[in-house]
Amino acid sequence: MPIAKVNGVEVEFEPGMTVLQVAELAGEEIPRFCYHERLSIAGNCRMCLVEVKPGPPKPQASCALPAADKQEIFTNTPMVKKAREGVMEFLLINHPLDCPICDQGGECDLQDQAMGYGRDDSRYAENKRAVEEKFMGPLIKTVMTRCIQCTRCVRFITEVAGQSEIGLISRGEDVEITTYLEQAVTSELSGNVIDLCPVGALTSKPYAFNARPWELKKTESVDVMDALGSAIRIDARGAEVMRVLPRINDEVNEEWISDKTRYACDGLMRQRLDRPYVREDGKLRPASWAEALSAVAAKIKATAPDRIGVVAGDLQDAESMKAALDLFSGLGVKSLDCRQDGARIGEGPRESWLFNTTVMGLDEADALLLIGTNPRLEAAVLNARIRKNWLGRDLKVGLIGERAELTYDYDYLGAGPASLAELIKAKKGFAAVLREAKKPAIIIGAGALARDDGAAVLALAAQAAKTFGVVAEGWNGFNVLHGAASRVGGLDLGFIPKDGGLDAKAMTAKGAVDLLVLLGADELDLSATDAFVVYLGTHGDAGAHRADVILPGAAYTEKDGLYVNTEGRVQMGERAVFPKGEAREDWAILRALSERVGTKLPYDTLGQLRAKLFEDHPTFGQIDHAPGSTPAALDLAAVGAGGEVSDTAFASPVKDFYFTNPIARASVTMADCSASLAAARASRIAAE
Amino acid sequence: MVGILEDKDRIFTNLYGLQDWRLEAAKRRGAWNATPDMIALGGPWIIDQIKNSGLRGRGGAGFGTGLKWSFMPKVVNPDRPHYLVVNADESEPGTCKDREIMRHDPHLLIEGCLIASFAMQAHVCYVYIRGEYVREREVLEEAVKEAYAAKLIGKNNVNGWDFDLYVHHGAGAYICGEETALLESLEGKKGQPRLKPPFPAGAGVYGCPTTVNNVESIAVVGTILRRGAEWFAGFGRPNNTGTKLMCVSGHVERPCNIEEAMSIPLKQLLEEHCGGVRGGWGNLKAVIPGGSSVRMIPAHEAETALMDFDSLSSLKSGLGTAAVIVMDQSTDLVRAIARISYFYKHESCGQCTPCREGTGWMWRVMERMASGEADPKEIDTLLDVASQVEGHTICALGDAAAWPIQGLFRHFRPEIEARIASYRAGRPHVQGARLEAAE
Repeated sequence: MPIAKVNGVEVEFEPGMTVLQVAELAGEEIPRFCYHERLSIAGNCRMCLVEVKPGPPKPQASCALPAADKQEIFTNTPMVKKAREGVMEFLLINHPLDCPICDQGGECDLQDQAMGYGRDDSRYAENKRAVEEKFMGPLIKTVMTRCIQCTRCVRFITEVAGQSEIGLISRGEDVEITTYLEQAVTSELSGNVIDLCPVGALTSKPYAFNARPWELKKTESVDVMDALGSAIRIDARGAEVMRVLPRINDEVNEEWISDKTRYACDGLMRQRLDRPYVREDGKLRPASWAEALSAVAAKIKATAPDRIGVVAGDLQDAESMKAALDLFSGLGVKSLDCRQDGARIGEGPRESWLFNTTVMGLDEADALLLIGTNPRLEAAVLNARIRKNWLGRDLKVGLIGERAELTYDYDYLGAGPASLAELIKAKKGFAAVLREAKKPAIIIGAGALARDDGAAVLALAAQAAKTFGVVAEGWNGFNVLHGAASRVGGLDLGFIPKDGGLDAKAMTAKGAVDLLVLLGADELDLSATDAFVVYLGTHGDAGAHRADVILPGAAYTEKDGLYVNTEGRVQMGERAVFPKGEAREDWAILRALSERVGTKLPYDTLGQLRAKLFEDHPTFGQIDHAPGSTPAALDLAAVGAGGEVSDTAFASPVKDFYFTNPIARASVTMADCSASLAAARASRIAAE
Repeated sequence: MVGILEDKDRIFTNLYGLQDWRLEAAKRRGAWNATPDMIALGGPWIIDQIKNSGLRGRGGAGFGTGLKWSFMPKVVNPDRPHYLVVNADESEPGTCKDREIMRHDPHLLIEGCLIASFAMQAHVCYVYIRGEYVREREVLEEAVKEAYAAKLIGKNNVNGWDFDLYVHHGAGAYICGEETALLESLEGKKGQPRLKPPFPAGAGVYGCPTTVNNVESIAVVGTILRRGAEWFAGFGRPNNTGTKLMCVSGHVERPCNIEEAMSIPLKQLLEEHCGGVRGGWGNLKAVIPGGSSVRMIPAHEAETALMDFDSLSSLKSGLGTAAVIVMDQSTDLVRAIARISYFYKHESCGQCTPCREGTGWMWRVMERMASGEADPKEIDTLLDVASQVEGHTICALGDAAAWPIQGLFRHFRPEIEARIASYRAGRPHVQGARLEAAE
């Protein structure tokens, strides 16, 4: 390996690294604004200037300069100090220095680096430039006078999000960052430009003037808005979650999160169920816990087990599902279901419902077949990852399902299962691409499984996997992309109907059950059921409206919980704030209920519950580990079930990206986003 | 005879448009003569000849043309064809040589494009012509059509090297004369310079190996090969050989474009071709010898300066494009440089920080210097700011914005100090010159 000297200290580095990276290897901090590890190199802020020997007698932009063997890099010479001071002075001459009223204050790169590398004062006596604010939609607040034109936002939107909606216009000192025709940014990942902005030019609109970073309690947790389980940091002040930010997790979300993950948090303060309710004379009235629990327990005791149904919702943690499973299975209830979307999955080997390549492993795939999924809506961050591979590694993508703007090119292969059957038989076209690919992968979406012939579709996909060699030695490219954070956890627990039990849809039919227990299940059509409905959840959404008893639970920010993402990766969410009002953690409610029913659950603490969970289901003990199964573990013949496939076209289960769960539906910000997007779609401007 | 160069040794024999520019007339003047023979001698021979001729790039930087060509990959990767791009975005204030070539001798350029492309194994050449050059483009495009019609270029042409030439019209940005900004613009993007490395010879237009040359560098190639590298190398001093188009403007009796031998004394150039400085040599105050972006030299240095790269760079100036701007004693140098500063502030692309912020700052201070309103200690601040811009930017526009100011203060600092002093004493030098329209 080549060796360079950084301030006289020798470091070995990988060929191809830049001077900046080598200097960081040596432990030298290089200030920068435009450079970002996950974006292309712009080299325009000039803050990272260093001195390099051999080289020209002027400072070099270290972010863009490839390091060479036997190079000497200096980061502490007078020339470098002068260069940094000069650049910092230039950056500040037209910067308003309005830090006291700027939301970036306290976490501002410009502020920090001005302290670290700037001069003590400015020699600039002319008037400062002012720039008009730009409209960027309901999420991004702009104060463009603060902008230092680093173009990180432009590069993010163009490269990662794949929508050229933000750009740099004009030239010289008149350059301005703006959106195309000053329309709202429509990307699902747009909020990330706020994190990327090194100054206060792009800040969070819903969070504007709400809090200072040093007032916030920061809790590292996991997102539940989709099945990806992005790593997040929950910033809370008092009882309120103020904002959600991404954490770096290269194996899942790199450092991006979707706008729903970031901004649905205001939904945690609205429409909340903060005390138990009992329906009396057709109306819900506030009740005490004792009253509500007794009512439910009495109903459970009075109902035959085969007339009880339990449905777990999309945001449930594994512990509460485990507690529910232990409680109701113990009573002999067979109608248990965690698939309120009706996905026909969960039988057969565990690998048949996992994203087996793992998200990171997808970076190795060279051909990808999407079946009945729109990853942009179902897992926006994953979609950006597919785009990254399409851009950087020329990944070939084929799609069977709804046509959609996915931010990368794909071969459209048809709308429904028939097209998949054709593809299996085909010799040319995308079938040939898949056959020739060294590491082909399939992603089958939740929408393709949530239909009556879902199991047959899954079997067909498995057949395709077999045909195209998707599962081979050292490679398992068979992936299921779920839509809900709780789904894999539920399937891993076996939270599905047993021995002739009813599935979620059947339970909601008229007369199917006498008692329906909903664990945060709000996506069901409850108009037909005449059962006594118990709703344990957080929001006054579909389930609570129909409920006869409401048991207020804790949202994902309010409880410690385990979530299994679509890869089968068990991740630990942590409590950032306490549950609202009289609400309690879900497992504790179920534990209290079990006592009143007379079948006391054998755990008194979350620790004991987890111990039982790990004992019964060892996979839950492997925190942060994605199995990424070995091919031998997946017998494709055992995936799905036989039967006729219908000709119905695949449809994505996500109709409105911003309204997929009760928290998002309660969020004002999400409603603004949805309306803004609808308005943007309605008024297509003839640009040229 | 006036000057050094004899008429028989001129390459651009129709520089003034006294004859027809069309193909027939151009052929009579020598263009397209023996081109197939040159092609037959092969690319390495051509590159060697150009190297031996000592031709240095005529766009301003003065990099050896033959050497530049030799940086192109020797073997063409079929996926990455080679390109020649001719930089005809001549926008440097004071410079007006390429336009004369394009409107009066376009066939020399087209022939040069073919030969240079062949030498670098390029089948396609783009000529990126300045947005304001409308008539020049019309002539050049017409000449290209003529060349296609005569099968001099195109597929299966008489010269034996398949070759297509496209004229691309710019949109009027000075920065697109910077070679990588030009490539960006050619690709349809915003004209902003790229980071180097990679250099265009590695990854240029569309990511393929590309050489970018000035119009004049390319247009002389045919004649150099016809008359021999030794002939061309016979003019001027070593390392500064050949003939060069020089554009003289400003306070001379007869401003002109003239082809002259390199290393001609500046004084001889002005006296013999331009009728001397207005009011006599003694009336000379300063000369900007290479287009607006080089540092000026005062009269006493102009006395002995030679018009070549080495002589002028030893005077801390530069040959640039050999666009001589002559300023006599009546010139308000500070105001002149303030105007030049405005030009660079206006033309900065805004991509990188020092140039984006520094050019505007420097211009504003220069405006106050010109009126005398500035503070004396601002002079040092200004020079420090200029040094913070120079050498800290992606492209050379930052340097070009700093140099004129540095040149001014290097030679005429007392004049500005006197002006500030007189303004402070209640005797403003320039009436009404305030910074009202600055923002």
